[in-house]
Amino acid sequence: MNGVELTEVTALLALVSIALFVIGLKRLSRVRTARSGNLLMATGMLVAVIITLVEIGLVDYRWIIGGIVVGGSIGLLIVVRAQATQMPEIVARFNGFGGAASALVAVSLFWGVVVETDATSTTAELLGGTSAVTLVVSILVGASTLSGSILAELKLRGTLSGSPSVPLRTAVMGLLVAGGLAVGLTAMLVVDVAATAAALVVALLVLAVLVGVILVLPIGGADMPVVISLLNSLSGLAAAATGFALGNNLLIIAGTIVGAAGLILTQIMCVAMNRSLVNVIAGGYGEGSDVEHGEYGTVVSSDPESAAMVLEAAQSVIIVPGYGLAAARAQNAAHDLARALLDRGVQVRFAIHPVAGRMPGHMNVVLAEAEVPYELLHEMSEINAEFSQTDVAIVVGANDVVNPAATEDPTGPIGGMPILDVQQARRVFVIKRSLSPGYAGIKNVLFERDNTVMLYGDAKDMLTELASEVASAK
Amino acid sequence: MMGTLLVSVYVFVLAAFLGFELINKVPPTLHTPLMSGANAMSGITIVGALTLVTVASPSVSVIVGVLALILATINVVGGFLVTDRMLATFGGKR
Repeated sequence: MNGVELTEVTALLALVSIALFVIGLKRLSRVRTARSGNLLMATGMLVAVIITLVEIGLVDYRWIIGGIVVGGSIGLLIVVRAQATQMPEIVARFNGFGGAASALVAVSLFWGVVVETDATSTTAELLGGTSAVTLVVSILVGASTLSGSILAELKLRGTLSGSPSVPLRTAVMGLLVAGGLAVGLTAMLVVDVAATAAALVVALLVLAVLVGVILVLPIGGADMPVVISLLNSLSGLAAAATGFALGNNLLIIAGTIVGAAGLILTQIMCVAMNRSLVNVIAGGYGEGSDVEHGEYGTVVSSDPESAAMVLEAAQSVIIVPGYGLAAARAQNAAHDLARALLDRGVQVRFAIHPVAGRMPGHMNVVLAEAEVPYELLHEMSEINAEFSQTDVAIVVGANDVVNPAATEDPTGPIGGMPILDVQQARRVFVIKRSLSPGYAGIKNVLFERDNTVMLYGDAKDMLTELASEVASAK
Repeated sequence: MMGTLLVSVYVFVLAAFLGFELINKVPPTLHTPLMSGANAMSGITIVGALTLVTVASPSVSVIVGVLALILATINVVGGFLVTDRMLATFGGKR
């Protein structure tokens, strides 16, 4: 190639791929440019795959094509079949797959070089010390990302509830990680019998899977968003470790950027929830801790007909959606109600708490699916001052994020958590199935307020009824 | 000339700084899509998997490699698609 080596061309193209990742990620963190950012990152990935195919040259393509076709179709199917409410679970699942892939790449490399050649020297002698050590890191981090992500998905779905405490968790975790490293490093640096090394690598896989389980098991479902973000950071690090093992800078750079960016994002999410990362990881928050349960005093409830009459007389209404809205798939009904009110000339806005739902931004995704105009959605900081000038606030399936106890009882379990000040509105309707507590497992003092009226029932049915009552009123 | 390992360590540390600096002040609206997009990017390990499945014979290492390739492809294809699906529904106007 006229004095220019093919490897130099591909190395330069790798830089293009990395530039696309960096610019894409930057654009993804701004609302206006987010979608194009994602497209740039996908293009960067395509470039990376093409470079790699060029680099490996003419080989047997059967497995490559088969793997990409199968994986691509499964990925496509999962996304097409997913509903907007399931997005967080889907992200958790994909993240687990990414971690598992990194661990399996490391296992495949080890197996091919050591076990299948029936080597009589150590892995470190065959692959080099760096590769041997980073293989262990890749397997440990990748496999624990997989098991942690599976648990996170099950907890988000509610298949697995509760947050059982693991006795001496920190010590057990420490022992498992240290044990995994010891087993792995022994296999790579000391053992020169292929069969023994293979057995130790399998033991490492088992220990790594246990690490993920012990890490996520005691953490409550409400904290899963933060956990998934942390696991995402870990799967980036697993990819970077794989990059070291293979001597591939593209993998190291992309993996490390994800690792670092994921960690910062985790931190930002914790701040939005007014928690510290340590506090989240410590677990046991919410779910099942019925210590502070507390009985309710006088709670007023009503029916949709009378509630609709109040709405008809209102000038301004703020709707506060929570996970209950997503779970009941009531986003379209909420939009119908908003439309009916807007038709009457009522000012309607949606107030979005940063952690409403199962993941930050979850409510935006769900409401956008129902084509609620973006202009109607307001973040907590912009709308909190507005509640005092609002006639009616309608809380749909939200609980802890509107509990005034957060500000009134600073030492309480949710003390200090930023909340939406719905209690300031002239009238508050709370659409909820029952008085059962939210994630924090505590009573909501909002429900006892004089200006609060409970509307018991399914969020979708209740909103649909309210919408038709309002629409048919003169 | 720096050794290959040393270059890789430089690359690793600088990439970490870059990752830390890239993300700041993300509006809560974008937390989920950003996490999802970063997650798709961690599927870069697909590049590693590709280099390991270049022979036809179905040995253990190749089968494990193909499994890694499938999982990484699901992560990449599904990850970017699901991120796009989330963002497509956002008005994008503000």
